[in-house]
Amino acid sequence: MGAGHAHRLYRQGHSPVHALPPHTKLTAVFCFVVVVVSTPREAMWAFAAYALLLASVAYAAHVPPLFWLKRLLIEVPFVAFALLLPFVAEGERTEVLGMSLSVHGLWGAWNVLAKGTLGVAASVLLAATTDLRELLLGLQRLKLPPLLVQIASFMIRYGDVVTDEMRRMKIARESRGFEARGVRQWGVLAKSAGALFIRSYERGERVHLAMVSRGYAGSMPVIDEATATRAQWTYALTLPLTALAVCLLGWTLS
Amino acid sequence: MDPVVTAAPPASASLEVTGLAYAYPDGHQALFGVDLRIDRGERVALLGPNGAGKTTLVLHLNGILTAGAGTVTVAGLPVGKRHMAEIRRKVGIVFQDPDDQLFMPTVREDVAFGPAAAGMRGPELEARVRKALGQVGMAEYADRPPHHLSFGQRRRVAVATVLAMEPEILVLDEPSSNLDPASRRELADILRSLDVTVLMVTHDLPYALELCPRALVLSEGVIAADGPTGELLADEDLMASHRLELPFGFDPKSVRGGEVVESSVAGGCCAVHGER
Repeated sequence: MGAGHAHRLYRQGHSPVHALPPHTKLTAVFCFVVVVVSTPREAMWAFAAYALLLASVAYAAHVPPLFWLKRLLIEVPFVAFALLLPFVAEGERTEVLGMSLSVHGLWGAWNVLAKGTLGVAASVLLAATTDLRELLLGLQRLKLPPLLVQIASFMIRYGDVVTDEMRRMKIARESRGFEARGVRQWGVLAKSAGALFIRSYERGERVHLAMVSRGYAGSMPVIDEATATRAQWTYALTLPLTALAVCLLGWTLS
Repeated sequence: MDPVVTAAPPASASLEVTGLAYAYPDGHQALFGVDLRIDRGERVALLGPNGAGKTTLVLHLNGILTAGAGTVTVAGLPVGKRHMAEIRRKVGIVFQDPDDQLFMPTVREDVAFGPAAAGMRGPELEARVRKALGQVGMAEYADRPPHHLSFGQRRRVAVATVLAMEPEILVLDEPSSNLDPASRRELADILRSLDVTVLMVTHDLPYALELCPRALVLSEGVIAADGPTGELLADEDLMASHRLELPFGFDPKSVRGGEVVESSVAGGCCAVHGER
């Protein structure tokens, strides 16, 4: 739904994965991540199996590998942290390419890197196959506190409005000869931020007024009920269940 | 949805306000005893300069503000805590900024909000949404997010969100503000096609003349004049004493339309008024 409204992570498509009800996908990804995290780090082959599983989901969802890999870049800061670990960790040390590295740290880095990447990859897949709006419906269906879902939904609706307001304020500033050159101008920027806050706050009050006028009494009416059939649940949960089998194998073999 | 609406006597007023007075908590008194009555099916303009108390009056109509003194009755139902949900369904307010009015992620969900809040579900809800969007000519935009529409389209959707509740009376706050002449005319066509009581708050006087046979002037918290729109606009003394000014070159006497509801409307002038 929502042509054009799609966030940048979303990729329009008509694959079986796209068609799954959002709450089944959310549950699947959540369980998958839990399973991945609870796998022993020594079972390296298990992580390869997980990656393979995700790749097959991506294939089924018609998500091109390049698109997927590019979205993974969000993980870079964590990778940097993981790469630091072997240098700073304590304990037994080993020589790699002439550098003295901590064995403990190497395992830690691998652990963070493998589990993190798999988690991010699964989330990126979820985002690529599920529209933001549907995600909210899914969260609502999974009984997330309604207040949180409402806040998230207003963020989606008013993000653009507030950004636009910010842009207009910037243009107004610059039209009157303002240039942010250094620390001296921070005061002006801070005041703009304050003004933006107050404007948004007042808009919030007006929106609330409009909601109350149309019968809002504290909870959002359910307009689109997300429902899933047994088959859809089974299909969605194939991913975490297969992963669970791999995980159990990993525990028994290591 | 409920039998109360149909049970009201046919000659009853859509809206009746008697002796309404209100002071804001900071002590500023905005209304000093407002009396007005609007019959079912009428289209009435509420005119007045900035700060006359127009918005304050509007917020009383569906009980957002509650009267310090006086009463407001909607289709025979007193506005008060007891019937609040019913009142809010009967009084449809279209606020000035459609970005405030349209708060849901898609047009369809926004239009569905009012009836869904009243407990409507399923195909009935879907039909109601489709009908309301059809009335304002926005049916094909149902799945679009509101912020991707033009301002005129958003204003029309805002009207639809209220129509979906099938209100007794439609209250529009500055409906023509910020609209280009074409959108302005489209909105006028839509409003004229609706079979519903309309109270239009505005200081766009030609627009009031075009759409509303009758007008009220609210000034300094009281109804200062009540009569046929054309006559009020032609009364220069009245206009001047209440800070109401016609756009340059506009002569209300040259326009026929205020008196006769069904007359074709002359669109000579099109200065767009609006705050913000």
